[in-house]
Amino acid sequence: MNDFLLIRKNLFRKKLRAILMIVSILIAFAIFGVLAAFERAFNAGEDVSEADRLVVVNKINFTQPLPIAYFNRIAAVEGVRQVTFANWFGGYYQDPKNFVIVMAVEPETYLKISSTDFAFTPEMSQAFVRNRTGALVGRALAERWGWKLGDRVPISSSIFSQKNGSHTWDVTVVGIFDKAKPQGDTNLMFIQYPYFDETRSFGKDTIGWLLLKTESPAVNDRVIKTIDAMFANSSWETATDTEKAFNKAFVAQLGNVALIVTLVVGAAFVTILMIVGNTMVMAVRERTREIAVLKTLGFSGGRVLRMVLGETLLLAVIGGTLGLALATLFTFAMRNTLAMFVPGLQMSPGIVLTAFGFMILLGLATGLVPALNAFRLRIAEAMGRG
Amino acid sequence: MSDMPLVRLAGVSKGFVKGRDAIAIFERLDLAIPEGDFVAVMGPSGSGKSTLLNLLGGIDRPDAGEVHVAGSRIDTLSEGQLSQWRAANIGFVFQFYNLMPMLSAAQNVELPLLLTRLGKAERRRHVETALAIVNLADRAKHYPREMSGGQQQRVAIARAIVSDPKLLLCDEPTGDLDRTSADEILGMLKVLNRDLGKTIVMVTHDPAAARFARRTLHLDKGHFEEKELAA
Repeated sequence: MNDFLLIRKNLFRKKLRAILMIVSILIAFAIFGVLAAFERAFNAGEDVSEADRLVVVNKINFTQPLPIAYFNRIAAVEGVRQVTFANWFGGYYQDPKNFVIVMAVEPETYLKISSTDFAFTPEMSQAFVRNRTGALVGRALAERWGWKLGDRVPISSSIFSQKNGSHTWDVTVVGIFDKAKPQGDTNLMFIQYPYFDETRSFGKDTIGWLLLKTESPAVNDRVIKTIDAMFANSSWETATDTEKAFNKAFVAQLGNVALIVTLVVGAAFVTILMIVGNTMVMAVRERTREIAVLKTLGFSGGRVLRMVLGETLLLAVIGGTLGLALATLFTFAMRNTLAMFVPGLQMSPGIVLTAFGFMILLGLATGLVPALNAFRLRIAEAMGRG
Repeated sequence: MSDMPLVRLAGVSKGFVKGRDAIAIFERLDLAIPEGDFVAVMGPSGSGKSTLLNLLGGIDRPDAGEVHVAGSRIDTLSEGQLSQWRAANIGFVFQFYNLMPMLSAAQNVELPLLLTRLGKAERRRHVETALAIVNLADRAKHYPREMSGGQQQRVAIARAIVSDPKLLLCDEPTGDLDRTSADEILGMLKVLNRDLGKTIVMVTHDPAAARFARRTLHLDKGHFEEKELAA
């Protein structure tokens, strides 16, 4: 026998109570795990952002187009090293429910600028540039639909139509690419802008946004000001920002996920803190006489305090670990289903570490009052003597 | 029985405050109990029997005077020092056994040994010996709820002697038992005193229980009156 066995036996002496407390903590940590995984996935765009990349969008909002003529004018701005552009396609495969991220891009320049995000091989890059109806497909997307190199895939748009009235563009898979960064995602497809622009029924010669690389992050501010000033008071005013800020603002459109996580988890934790804390205070009070006996036998106040804290820590770690396991299973199960909307949904080591930090905090916070009560307990009073 | 006092109280005063009144339990009380003695402490309710036991066990402090037990002056020790001192020198037996319900008999007996440096095997050997002394070797794996009151008190005695303390303090050890079980427990205490040389101080209301002791101290109005009973 050792102190751990005593702690464990004390914790589970009333099994139903222990199980209910564990379930409460389990639920809190399951919520934390899932929400934190979503928050992490939503903000993954910030992590893959490059410091020397800027995004230029329409000042009204990023769904409004910009003229393609801006491409050459921005390329001429001092401090700009490379420019490319892209247009949101609003794609789906076979059925509108099968949402697919498709971007019509300027082939040569886009592949160069995004080469730090995606592992494009020289062969697939050349094939994409040469083939007007070619498409570069991310590995995850290709695996999702079983597409192989050379497959002809009909991709439809929920926004655009062709001049012949069709909403579907036939593209050929000329390359399947992987991600270049661990936190990146390959649930997307690139098609050629020229092919898309020539065939669409409206919006010709307009683009969704421009992506540019500056000579260094130090010139970002100057370039941003120059570009926005260049198009000020025009019909197509621009809003230029760093890629990181743009991605952050994009996520913010979905609501402040971090705030939601904090509020929901905070509310759950405070509730559980009160429930578990109160239950532990009662549990220790029920054991007043036993604690007095332990002290009579020679167990010091410090040792009794550590044992009570050990009990609440064990409770928090058991409940928390089970909750985290549940959250991991959930995110794993939902990963493919939500891949198109929340790519990269997973339980990261960072979330697990944070959760264990919270478990320790929860254990200490709920155990503090009963542990101090046990520490201060006067044997003579507790034994009903004197 | 040695003439050396294992327990010595010198000018001990103890009282408590009730509302605005200060009530004295003892004033300048002196007491000497030699090593190997078996003393029954009797007296009316409120006479301070249990308070005396608390003072001897280092779980309460006198307002004045000195308490010497097993070679240490304990009224000046800190709480931490008292814990260590109790673990090394005192065995307690309570009226209501006070066993841990979630631990088996052997685990209950092993509790005081967690405070020693003994290894697992040595602890197990000590536990087996203590349970054998109280004739409960075959109930080692039983839980308190699976045992009678008398058996539980025997486990409590095994717990009290497992770390081989010099002094056993027993607070109404038979107060919750029928006559047969009580005699069995008292017989066991007598054997521990006679054969193993344990010094025992037992608080009791029961004159029949007191007859198992070597002598009886009557505590009343803060003073002792002594009666020799057994050889």
